[in-house]
Amino acid sequence: MTTDMTDQRSAPGADPGDRAAQMRSTVRFTVNGEMREIEIDNRTTLLDALREHLRLTGTKKGCDHGQCGACTVIVNGRRVNSCLTLAVMQDGHEIETIEGIGAPDALDPMQAAFVEHDGYQCGYCTPGQICSARAVLDEIAAGIPSHVTGDLSARIEITEDEIRERMSGNICRCGAYANMMTAILQVSRGAP
Amino acid sequence: MDFNEPAGTNPADRGTVLGKSTPRIDGPLKTSGHAPYAYERHDVAEDQLAGYPVFSAIARGRITRIDSAAAEAAPGVVAVIRSTDMDVLGKHGMNVVPHFGGDEIRHYHQAVALVVAESFEAARAASGLVRVAYDAEGHADYDLSTHRDTAMARKAEPDQDVGDFAAAFAEAPVTLDETYTTPCQTHAMMEPHASIAQWDEEGRLTVWSSTQMVNWLVEGLCSAFDLDPDQVRVDSPFIGGGFGSKLFMRADSVLAALGARATGRPVKVALPRPAIANNTTHRARTIQRIRIGADRDGRITAIAHDGLSHTQPGGDGENSTAQTPFFYAGANRLITPRLVDLHLPEAHAMRAPGEASGLMALEIAMDEMAEKLGMDPVEFRILNDTQVDPGQPDRPFSDRNFVTCLRQGADRFGWADRNTTPGGRREGMWLIGHGMAGAYRGALTMNSGALVRLRPDGTAVVETDMTDIGTGSYTIIAQTAAEMLGLGVDQVEVRLGDSRYPVSSGSGGQFGAPSSTAGVYAACVKLREEIARRLGNVDAGSLDFADGRVTASGRSTSLAEIAADGEITAEDKVAFGEFQDDVLMATFAAHFVELAVHAGTGETRVRRMLAVCDAGRILNPLSARSQVIGGMVMGLGAALMEELAIDTGRGFFANHDLAGYEVPVHADIASQEVVFLDTLDPASTPLKAKGVGELGLCGIAAAVANAHYNATGLRIRDYPLTLDKVLEELPAI
Repeated sequence: MTTDMTDQRSAPGADPGDRAAQMRSTVRFTVNGEMREIEIDNRTTLLDALREHLRLTGTKKGCDHGQCGACTVIVNGRRVNSCLTLAVMQDGHEIETIEGIGAPDALDPMQAAFVEHDGYQCGYCTPGQICSARAVLDEIAAGIPSHVTGDLSARIEITEDEIRERMSGNICRCGAYANMMTAILQVSRGAP
Repeated sequence: MDFNEPAGTNPADRGTVLGKSTPRIDGPLKTSGHAPYAYERHDVAEDQLAGYPVFSAIARGRITRIDSAAAEAAPGVVAVIRSTDMDVLGKHGMNVVPHFGGDEIRHYHQAVALVVAESFEAARAASGLVRVAYDAEGHADYDLSTHRDTAMARKAEPDQDVGDFAAAFAEAPVTLDETYTTPCQTHAMMEPHASIAQWDEEGRLTVWSSTQMVNWLVEGLCSAFDLDPDQVRVDSPFIGGGFGSKLFMRADSVLAALGARATGRPVKVALPRPAIANNTTHRARTIQRIRIGADRDGRITAIAHDGLSHTQPGGDGENSTAQTPFFYAGANRLITPRLVDLHLPEAHAMRAPGEASGLMALEIAMDEMAEKLGMDPVEFRILNDTQVDPGQPDRPFSDRNFVTCLRQGADRFGWADRNTTPGGRREGMWLIGHGMAGAYRGALTMNSGALVRLRPDGTAVVETDMTDIGTGSYTIIAQTAAEMLGLGVDQVEVRLGDSRYPVSSGSGGQFGAPSSTAGVYAACVKLREEIARRLGNVDAGSLDFADGRVTASGRSTSLAEIAADGEITAEDKVAFGEFQDDVLMATFAAHFVELAVHAGTGETRVRRMLAVCDAGRILNPLSARSQVIGGMVMGLGAALMEELAIDTGRGFFANHDLAGYEVPVHADIASQEVVFLDTLDPASTPLKAKGVGELGLCGIAAAVANAHYNATGLRIRDYPLTLDKVLEELPAI
């Protein structure tokens, strides 16, 4: 990452917003397997870098404050709220978005299961839900416990309670949770 | 097509595609992130600028000065538009409060300026540099509860005044007189209000937006910018939820258009999440007094519902009495909606406006009344069912199967095995309760148009300005055309949400599905007539459409052959006739809930929910079920957690984001079951269908509240049922 403060006029005490506006950086990271390099305003969130600069608009902005989960993406194998991290913090990282998971004519099993079981309605939270759903199954497989996990030394079973707890950072106002559950369970069983 | 009498048998009755569970045809786009929502339309206009609004920090008063010099000098800023630079802009007739212009502040977080910049970051930062000075109005009123005894009626006459309520109530051997309150709620759809606007050299405006009613947004923009409808185009193919919040023009489109006009470039504006609750509309708070009198056998003899809510001057508030004139029998009735002008933000429609709040109260009252009578609440409702308008007995319901909903629901749920002693069933630390409620929501219809194209390859295209706000419009419209033309769903392309297409019903009031599919049906009938003409003026009614072919008098021709010389188009609209006023059209449901309340903490966990619904033909059971379970989820929120907290000193909703305003999350939702009765309502539409988008929300909160009472023995009449309201009185651990 390279940072260039092109305007040095800002004196101490000058408006910090004005000063920050002069600061831009070049960031390199991998998005959906492809190395990308973008020159951005340092204040740009990972979410806006994806949506506005890379035009990967499948990742959604529902609240911009880490409250809704619509912006969930995978960074270095872990799910994050992309509105809560700056793009400049992701230099060298590997990022996966909904567009990297599957395409309309080549859906990933989780995407296909959401379609089959109507695990959505308006669709706006859906990319985040699907990123989270896949990550939840990975987290359980990796033995990462949740609030509802009982025996921390035993292998974690995939249960409805575990899925519900771990999916609760992704709000769906249309209320499709029960259908998402059916879809996630189906994928967890490896069923077609 | 004029729909002037109940539908007879028609091609839509075949049920080869309609009525079959069909995965959404837009599903692959939505699940892969390729469905384009309003703020994301990078492709539609080059060199877009970002706009970030500045919102009022007072609820009532005047702007004395807006100093935008620092913002204008900030890096990347292209323009700052100030409300005080212009007169009040026109609004849509359905809006109560203007969106921008002038110096008057009518509510908190009213938009007062817009910063337009080369980037979102630059616009947001500079918005913080705009300094606004106000002269706040000292006399402002934000508290509905102070008006309980003095508020005026909404209209000069009560909505229903039948028989002699006062005398009948006084004589009734069993009576109930209780007051219930519901709080302000916010829609909290996942996609914020957002628009991209662009003006062309001829002064025509295009707005890519997120709206439930495309034509109303066109009308609103015409009013705001003094344009003719042919100078405005609105495009809204995907909407990230609305629930009423996106029915009418909102500040995002007005601000984007202003920004675009000032800069000569396309401008996009999304309302920041923390501004939405106060800048846009909300469901009004209600205070409802319900009185019911019955004879000892449980027959209701007197019913009164006094529903108080609030509005900005000129608005309607929340008419919580909406269902009470019609839902239950009773010879003596007095229904009196009342309305108070408050200076809170604009109260307006939220999903099932009226019934959602009204049934939260009425269906607790029915539960309380059943208990007073020593009756099963299911049987009490069955006894007081009515097949006619109770205030106008010569006006029947078009089709009402509420009793079947109740009986089937009780059987499926295992109601006979419920806990019958409030506070009497316990599993370890958990108190177990069962509750039920009835649901009623009117079945509105709205005129709706569509255009159908039969392409030379034998496939079809449907175009209508109908919207899909998550309701499944794309799919049921494809199913309708497929049924009418003998095609597969995958042979129908559906294009929605563009004002260049025929005006439709739009999405609201659960009228969208029945109305818009009726419009598509009408266009398809016209196309079938054109095909009959081309087959040698055969009788269109005798045509059989199947497998991409049409058969007339034993002769089979492929649709591709018929359209081989060029696309055939047919446009029509359905116009619903006055005969519908002679009947009551409505949808019904019975909700059943089992929940557990923690004896130590008061925490409530809903364990299972069942809804049995009566809504005519269910066009797509898969997506209709989703509508109902989604409504139930929202109703669970209404029962247990949702409340916009009012700062009654400064006049704003304090918890105005998704952290402070809690909605149900996945962990709140356990088992949900939905049953649709196999019914048809020929009076409703040619497809004999009614909507379900709001039905699932109606009544469910009361079912939760009744189950909560059954678990704890504590009757709470003040929503939501948060644990602070029961903690002191829970039984000893």
